[in-house]
Amino acid sequence: MNTEVTTTTVPGSAPGQPSEEWHSALYEAAAQVFEMMVGEPVSRQPEGSPEGLNDTTAMVGLAGSLCGVLSIRCSTAAAVSIASKMLGEPEHSAACVDQQLDALGEICNMVAGNFKARVDGLREKCMLSVPTVITGQDYTLHSLSTDSGIEVAMLFQNLPVILRLEVHG
Amino acid sequence: MSNIRALIVDDSSVMRKIVERCLRQAGVELATVYEASNGAEGLAVVGSNQVDLILSDINMPVMDGLEFVKNLQAAANAKGIPIVMITTEGGEAQVTQAISLGAKGYIRKPFTPDQVKQHVVPLLRVDR
Repeated sequence: MNTEVTTTTVPGSAPGQPSEEWHSALYEAAAQVFEMMVGEPVSRQPEGSPEGLNDTTAMVGLAGSLCGVLSIRCSTAAAVSIASKMLGEPEHSAACVDQQLDALGEICNMVAGNFKARVDGLREKCMLSVPTVITGQDYTLHSLSTDSGIEVAMLFQNLPVILRLEVHG
Repeated sequence: MSNIRALIVDDSSVMRKIVERCLRQAGVELATVYEASNGAEGLAVVGSNQVDLILSDINMPVMDGLEFVKNLQAAANAKGIPIVMITTEGGEAQVTQAISLGAKGYIRKPFTPDQVKQHVVPLLRVDR
């Protein structure tokens, strides 16, 4: 099991800006959500963004003392597997296929909430939007006015799952 | 804790299923489970059905959980129904607001079945 974290630039440590501690907080928030709500652990993935991950992306907006977007992206196979574990249904069941987007959106929502609870001053002063989920094979997610961001790559049942927190100034 | 008619309000259908499963694991015998995807739908359910227990998310489109609880206080047939909020929004201000509006408990996501049991079962013993 790998223990490396894939990171991007983390500029500055001003209030509302990512710090190195946020990396750990984001991973730990996600690990707890997967452990408690999906019933399966995640592990950190070695450096290098894997290809072919853009099948499904869930996003939650943050506003207040921290403004930005938290996204989680993975393959359709991973999204269906997550839904399967959450629902307690076989992966090939219609319920899992139908509810994969709902499941990933809720995971993103819980990771965002759990993350802000772990960072001083964010729990009370940062609000979350309802999740949005997009699907497809050929798109790039752009967040306007992004000043900085952090990325955490994980493995869920050997399938890559990427978390990204983009912070607006 | 038998023949409980529960209303689960959450915009995530997956989360509604998880909450229902946690209730059953907690030993709550559910006679009926009503589902609503926002507070407005929840009010409609309460307006036309007998409900013994409400579990509601806060952050939802159309009508959020706090507005839902506030509106429930004006509903004649909602008096005495224990309400437990289940949400990712776990700030103390929100907890205080939810309690002041009439919620009896507050569970933060992510949660375990034991946490649901711990918060819900005592309410069913007291309030019924």
